[in-house]
Amino acid sequence: MKDTDSLIAEAAERLLGDLCDPQTVNNAKDDKWNDRLWQALAENGLIHASIPEELGGSGAGLSDGFELMRLAGRFAVPVPLAETMLAGWLLAKGGLAVPQGRMSIAPVQPTDTIALKDDGTLAGRARAVSFAREALHFAVFVMAPSGPRVALVAAGDCRLEEDENLAGEPLDDLVFEGTRPLATAALPAGLDQRSFLLMGCVVRSLQIAGALEDMLTRSVAYAQQRVAFEKKISKFQAVQHNLARLAGETSAALAAAGSAADALASGTADADAVFLEAAAAKIRCAEAASTGVAIAHQVHGAIGYTTEYVLHRFSLRALGWRDDFGNESYWAVELGKMLARRGADDLWPLVASR
Amino acid sequence: MSSALTFDPIRLPEACQVLRQEVRAFLAEEIAMGTFDPTGASIGNDDNARAFAKRVAAKGWIGMTWPKKYGGRERSFLERYVVTEECRIANAPVSVFFTADRQSGPTIIKYGSEKIKQSILPRIVQGELHFCIGMSEPGSGSDLFAAKTKATKTDGGYLINGTKIWTSNAHKADYMIGLFRTSASTKENRRHGLTSFLVDMKTAGISCNPIGQMSGLREFNEVVFQDAFIPDDHVLGEIDGAWKQATTELAYERSGPERFLETYYVLTELVRAVGPDPDTRSAEGIGRLVAQLHTLRRMSVSVAGMLEAGKEPVVESSIVKDLGTVWEQELPAKVRSLAAFIEPVPGNQPPLARRLAFATKVAPKLTIQGGTTEVLRGIIARGLGLR
Repeated sequence: MKDTDSLIAEAAERLLGDLCDPQTVNNAKDDKWNDRLWQALAENGLIHASIPEELGGSGAGLSDGFELMRLAGRFAVPVPLAETMLAGWLLAKGGLAVPQGRMSIAPVQPTDTIALKDDGTLAGRARAVSFAREALHFAVFVMAPSGPRVALVAAGDCRLEEDENLAGEPLDDLVFEGTRPLATAALPAGLDQRSFLLMGCVVRSLQIAGALEDMLTRSVAYAQQRVAFEKKISKFQAVQHNLARLAGETSAALAAAGSAADALASGTADADAVFLEAAAAKIRCAEAASTGVAIAHQVHGAIGYTTEYVLHRFSLRALGWRDDFGNESYWAVELGKMLARRGADDLWPLVASR
Repeated sequence: MSSALTFDPIRLPEACQVLRQEVRAFLAEEIAMGTFDPTGASIGNDDNARAFAKRVAAKGWIGMTWPKKYGGRERSFLERYVVTEECRIANAPVSVFFTADRQSGPTIIKYGSEKIKQSILPRIVQGELHFCIGMSEPGSGSDLFAAKTKATKTDGGYLINGTKIWTSNAHKADYMIGLFRTSASTKENRRHGLTSFLVDMKTAGISCNPIGQMSGLREFNEVVFQDAFIPDDHVLGEIDGAWKQATTELAYERSGPERFLETYYVLTELVRAVGPDPDTRSAEGIGRLVAQLHTLRRMSVSVAGMLEAGKEPVVESSIVKDLGTVWEQELPAKVRSLAAFIEPVPGNQPPLARRLAFATKVAPKLTIQGGTTEVLRGIIARGLGLR
């Protein structure tokens, strides 16, 4: 696995290895690990790694933050690290200081919009917001009469309808009715709802890629250990070829997510090229999740289907993440429309632009 | 960790994009001159392809990564990557020089005698020499090391006897790099005993018999050797030890843009046929295909960048070829499905239908040539530590 050059990611990997071992978390009888993990992440400056210091973060680059997201996937991190990072990113884009504690962001479904009305209150419903019930604050992308803004909302100031994702993590609806934000700020030109969602897509893509890395390693290790028909199942060609395909899907996810993250972190000017990178990452990583999860479970057989074994921590999260910030079908339609508008002769020049 | 996979987010440097514009301008001129059909719909003629190779050579784009002392330009693999992908996309007739540029030349640079290097490489660079690869035999395809065609030591060289098969363009080629048996394999090492040779195709005792292909293309040959003499200095590398020579070159051979762009033209024609305002089904289909294509290209560029940096991404390159060839093979079927409801407007669907028919006929070979899917997955599995 590309173990990273970044000190922040190195520290995170050590910390997650100690405090977020999936099997330990899976076996835990209570939630004590949860606060301990969050505290440690906060103390080590990993919660807002990419936020400028003057706004309350650690001042590292966006690429460090993205590296953390891949690790979050690789450890199936069961706290809102990604959501808090995204919320901090959006607040910082508006120049707002980042509050302490867990956060989440809204809206995350492409068809949801939250309005900032003339009277300064918010209106609208944001469906399927990850970890909403654990968050102390929300960073909300809102449409004001003057254009898009970011609003910081205290958790108690909006209504919450609980639900959960495939992995049993909170996935709640947020209802804003006369909600008065703690602060709002204008966003830089070009940061529209689509590019906000695409940022979320890249984060989820990295998480999926990380989860696939674990599922690949775990499946290879399991196949080398499990004996059936008097030999290790890793010796069966059918199993080998399945694992080779899983390696292919994992590679595709790593490449697509890594490339999109790099495109966002390095701030490429061409909007269509960035859109291609981010949308393609979400589409391809979601496809890789679908195919990869099926293979990882197939290799594991019945044990992978149990609650006591940890494969589900990765497989169900990866499948759930497909749906956040617009699923692969949504982005494929959007990407297809953009490509059709550009026309056949402009397809290759766009693909080959970087 | 055994399953370590790396795909660094490599970007093409600015110099590559400048070169890309040069290549596009050159190809546009060639198309305007009528050298080749950019839709790939007609096969083109050999004289044009030979003349085209010389003009590509004049641009310095054949052997462009090779040492200057052999006529190369010592440019980067990423620059070569750009030339390769632009030629593919334009359906340019690269067959005269592509094999030599991609693998025969690099093999000669690494294993050829100085005399051979000086006599052969500059002629490749000038676009004068067409190479073919003699690997498969009637009794050995994927199992390369089962090859039986013999090279028997004689005065000053070797006598070759036996048959190579599926040898693409042997009938047009000036040279072959072939794998011949110089000793029996051993119990300990069944890959032992094969030697790589440079073969002048004009040598007495070599004959090419055409083999028809279901695509209608004329590439395949059976090449029969009857006491064909090859001089000693045409041995490439170690006698009996050809099996040691294959690893890094395979990474170049497997991960290039030609491994996923062979049926690309049907995607362009689909986008053309659906027009600027596609329905949801077409839009989703195109979006998914381009997301997959984009990802393959990023993986392939990444491998090229890692090779340029002196790494040996053997597993990664096999993964690119596996995913890439499966993708380009499935592409015609997916495009066919997406095009099912397009009203046949004159001048609109017919090019798509024609291109689709051709791509559909070509598709089955894509996961066979240059290493089958099964062989590749075996290599990937070995890289994962499973074998």
